[in-house]
Formats: sequence, C-alpha cells, structure tokens
Amino acid sequence: MAKHYNTVSGRVFDTANYIVLSVCALAAVLPFIFVISGSFATDAELTQRTVFLIPRTFSLAAYEFIFSTNTIMKSIGVSLFIATFGTLVNLFFTVTMAYPLARRNLMGRNIVLNLVIFSMLFSGGMIPTYLVIRELGMLDSYWALIIPGAISAFNLIIIKNFFQELPPGLEEAARIDGCTELGLLWRIVLPLSKPVLATFALFYAVGHWNDFFTALLYINDPQKWPLQVLLRQIVLLSQAAAGDINAMDPSFVKPPDQSIKMAVIVVGTVPILLVYPFLQKHFAKGVLIGSIKG
Amino acid sequence: MPEAGKQPSRGYRPSMLGRLKKDKWLYILLLPGLLYFIVFKYVPMWGVLLAFKNFQPYTGFLKSEWVGLEHFQLFFANPEFFMLLRNTLLLSLYNLVFFFPAPIVLAILMNEVRFALFKRTVQTMIYVPHFISMVIVASMTYVFLTTAGGPVNDVLEQYIGRKIEFLATPEWFKPLIIMQTIWKECGWGTIIFLAALAGVDMEQYEAATMDGANRWKQIWHITLPAVRSTIVILLILRMGSILENGFEQIYLMLNPLNRQAAEVFDTYVYMMGITQGAFSYSTAVGLFKSLIGVVLVVGANYLAKRFGQSGLY
Repeated sequence: MAKHYNTVSGRVFDTANYIVLSVCALAAVLPFIFVISGSFATDAELTQRTVFLIPRTFSLAAYEFIFSTNTIMKSIGVSLFIATFGTLVNLFFTVTMAYPLARRNLMGRNIVLNLVIFSMLFSGGMIPTYLVIRELGMLDSYWALIIPGAISAFNLIIIKNFFQELPPGLEEAARIDGCTELGLLWRIVLPLSKPVLATFALFYAVGHWNDFFTALLYINDPQKWPLQVLLRQIVLLSQAAAGDINAMDPSFVKPPDQSIKMAVIVVGTVPILLVYPFLQKHFAKGVLIGSIKG
Repeated sequence: MPEAGKQPSRGYRPSMLGRLKKDKWLYILLLPGLLYFIVFKYVPMWGVLLAFKNFQPYTGFLKSEWVGLEHFQLFFANPEFFMLLRNTLLLSLYNLVFFFPAPIVLAILMNEVRFALFKRTVQTMIYVPHFISMVIVASMTYVFLTTAGGPVNDVLEQYIGRKIEFLATPEWFKPLIIMQTIWKECGWGTIIFLAALAGVDMEQYEAATMDGANRWKQIWHITLPAVRSTIVILLILRMGSILENGFEQIYLMLNPLNRQAAEVFDTYVYMMGITQGAFSYSTAVGLFKSLIGVVLVVGANYLAKRFGQSGLY
C-alpha cells in the first residue's frame, strides 16, 4: 500500500492523526482512572488537591465502609444474582426461539419473524408495559428484572442468522446417525456456536449489571434494589440512608464523602472491567456475525 | 439450517397437520419465545387503547369508559407540550449535528493508521465507556462537576475566580447530555464503519496514489463513498428515534432546577404515569411519541430509496 506516507504533507497528516487519536483514547479512560485513584485517597487529600492520577495518601477507608454496610452489600448480591440467573434465562429463551426460526421451511416462520421485526419498530410504551407487569404480579419481585427483557429482538435475529449459516451437511450426517431434533441442537449446533453464545451471554450480563430503568420502574422496595439504583441514591441524590432500613450505620445519615462516592462508582464498574478482556476478544466479530444478511 | 436434500415436489406436499407433527419439537422449542413476544410486546400494544379510555384501577382495563381523543386534546392544550416538544427536538438535533458525525470521523482517522498495535490500543481504550452504565456516567459527571468539592469547579475557581453551576443551570443541560453521549458511545460507534472500511480494496488507494491523489483526496473519493450506505441506514434508524432521547440518561441528569431545558416526552410519561398515576393520559403521550417515530422511519426510508440508496427494507 503506497499512500502518500513519505511526502511532507503525508507525515504532517500522520503525526496530527496519531496525536488526535491518542487524545481520544486518553479521554475515554482518564475520567475513570481519576475516580479509581480518588477512591483510594483520603478525604483530606481530595479537598486539598483537585486532580491527580496517583494519590499521595493511600487509604482503604472508603472500601472498608462500603463493605461494612448492609445496604450496599445486599444490592451487590442482587445485581450479581440478576446478572447470572438473568443471563441464563436470556440464553435459554433466545436460543430456543432462534433455532426453529433458522429453519427456512418451517411452517409459519415468516409470520413469527414479522411479529418480531414489527416489535422493534413499534411498542406499546412504558405505561401499558408497566400495567402488564403489574397485572402479572411481578412488581417488587426479581422476576420483573428478568422476564420482561428475556429476549432482545436484535440478538435473536443475529443468532438466528448464525444458525442459518451453519453447514447443512452436518445436519444430514447427524440425522443419518439417528440424532433427534433436540439432540441435534444440543450436541451439534450449540457446541459449534460457543463463541457466539459467549458473546451474547456477556452482552446480556453487562446489560443486567448496568440496568437501572427496569428496577426504577418495577422495584419500589429499597431492600430489593440492585446496585445501579442504590448508586444513584448515594451519588446523585446523596442520600444513602434512604435504603438503610436497620440504620446500623449512623455515619450514613450525612451525605457521603467524595471518596465514598468514588468507591461506590468503582464497585459499580469493576465487574465490567473484569469481563472486558473476554468481551473484547469476541464482540467485534459477535456484533457483525449474521448482521450483514437479513 | 436449510432442510437437507429432499424438497418434496408440489404434488406430494405434506398436509398442514403432517408438517406440524413432523416439526413438533421445533414448535415446542418456539413456544416460550413466542409467548414472550405476545405477552410482553403485543399485549402492551393492545394496551395503548388505554389512551382512548379513562382508566380506573378499580374497574380495570375492559370496563373503563371510552373517552375518545380527550387525553390527546388535554395534552396538546397543555403549555408544557411546547416545552417538551422543543426539548425533545433540540436534543435530537444537537445529537444529529454533534454526535452523529463523530464516529464517522474517528473511524476514518483510525483507518489511516498503519501501525497495527497503535490502532488496536486505541480501539481497546475507546470502546470501554460503552460498557459502563448510564448511572455511572451520570455519577462521574456529578462527582467531577459538583460545586461542592468537584475538581472541575475547584480549578475554575482558581483560574477564573468563580464556580459554575453546571448541574443546576438549564443552559448547561443539553451540552452536558451531548458530551456524555459522545464520551460514552463515540468509540463504539466506530465499529460498524471500520467493518465497512475493512472491505475496501487496497488497490483502489494505490491506483489513486498513482493518479496523484493526496491523502485528503483519497479519503474524499474512496473512503467516504465506502461508508455512505452505512451512514444512510444509521440516519434512517436515527429518524425513528428522533422523539426518544434515552430515558435513563435524561432522567438521571434531570433536576427541578434544570427541568425547563431537560424534561422530554419520555421523562414526562414516567412522571405523569408512574409517579402520579395518570395512566391514560401518559399512555396517550407515549402513543403520540411512538406514532410520530414510525411515521419518521417510514418517511426517511422512502426518501433514501428515492435518492437511490438501498434503505432499511
């Protein structure tokens, strides 16, 4: 490839380009690094120095505080549970629906596909959906955080397209060997789809961990709040005490210190940071797989 | 997975019952998903009829009386209607002008990088914010911008001698929202354009170089046309959501002090419906919003086709 790399203007372009991209990359991660380092600093240092990358004083006080409270620990547990169990439910519902829809000659397939696509264009909206959930008696139950979002239409279609692209010879061979329909799905299709399923499992899990809206709508009982809702109470509304029913933490009544807010932000993000290396390997491929062909 | 080999000819087409029976396991597998879509997507669609009724919790959905367009008339006559419309449209417009082009520019710049390790490092870093929740983004904004010990205001006080109430001034609301969106989604948005650019034949660049095209000309004549259809499709999709500004983000940044510039249709529906219990009225507001969205998608798609693009469908 012989672009104008070696001319003067080419070099100027390249240098400027590297600088611009470096700035963008740093802008993406620096705010988070500030928050992480701030969470390890003492409050005294936070009031003295404004912006820093490495704290001079190292303190775990903010984290000790977080892990000694009932409210925050409980909501971390809720979020972890929803993220793992919810993801299993997502995968089960999505795969079982995608697999039959991947059969081009299944009777009624187009009707179902059109139903799915129409649901992406038009929706009943917040209130009718809320009333359905209420009628089903799911308010204030963890089911409300899991079942109403069991299938993402978008993910469903991508997984369906992926199944459709698997070589048809495999199916034939398995049938000749006497494989049943369920056996085919379980022993041939799913093992072949591991990377795709891993990608979507991670997407679903990240979605559950980050979900705020669903809990805001359907969970009124502060005892059952997932972490993101509690996080908003602590940082944005500065009133963590609202959720602490047993009031074991008198210090929690005053607005939490800056370092505690930062530590809570870190706790709300750590699972994503842990998952990110795994995600990163797959997602570009996972997102684009099957999204090209309708 | 296409069915192998033996496509039955027309004369031997099995009966409907026969096909149901043959594929019975497939239908059983399909059932939970189908039920999901019916209960959680289609029943609420039927529920929009609430907008034309006077819903009373005691009488229930079916027995509530019909009131026709009363809720719509109430809504349009409400002076808040113009505030909502204005905020919604302005936010969408700013998004279109400031956010929409950003990933395209970024992807084109990244496409010009030869040094693979650098490119990969930049990609890894700019994707990170996409995975962080909106609550965290809003929280970080608060922590940084608060006048009570936030670093940004501390610095401002040192250099310009005063603090700025970013979080409680209507004028700052929309810029903050757009900046958050760019920070969170700009990097992620490059993925789809980079994929489109990966398909460009390198020989085109070589040929252009031979013809004396410089870097800018190459970008203009080769790179941009390569992503044009992707840009059109994304624009059409944007049109459909022009009245949706991301409920979570706005709700999290909204407070009584900036409400005048911040309240949009979605947050209004939540406030009137969920917190104040005016179910029918807020359903009408929501329905108004969805209908305009559908009209806009269909319209944008029609226009795209007229101008020779492939469109969405």
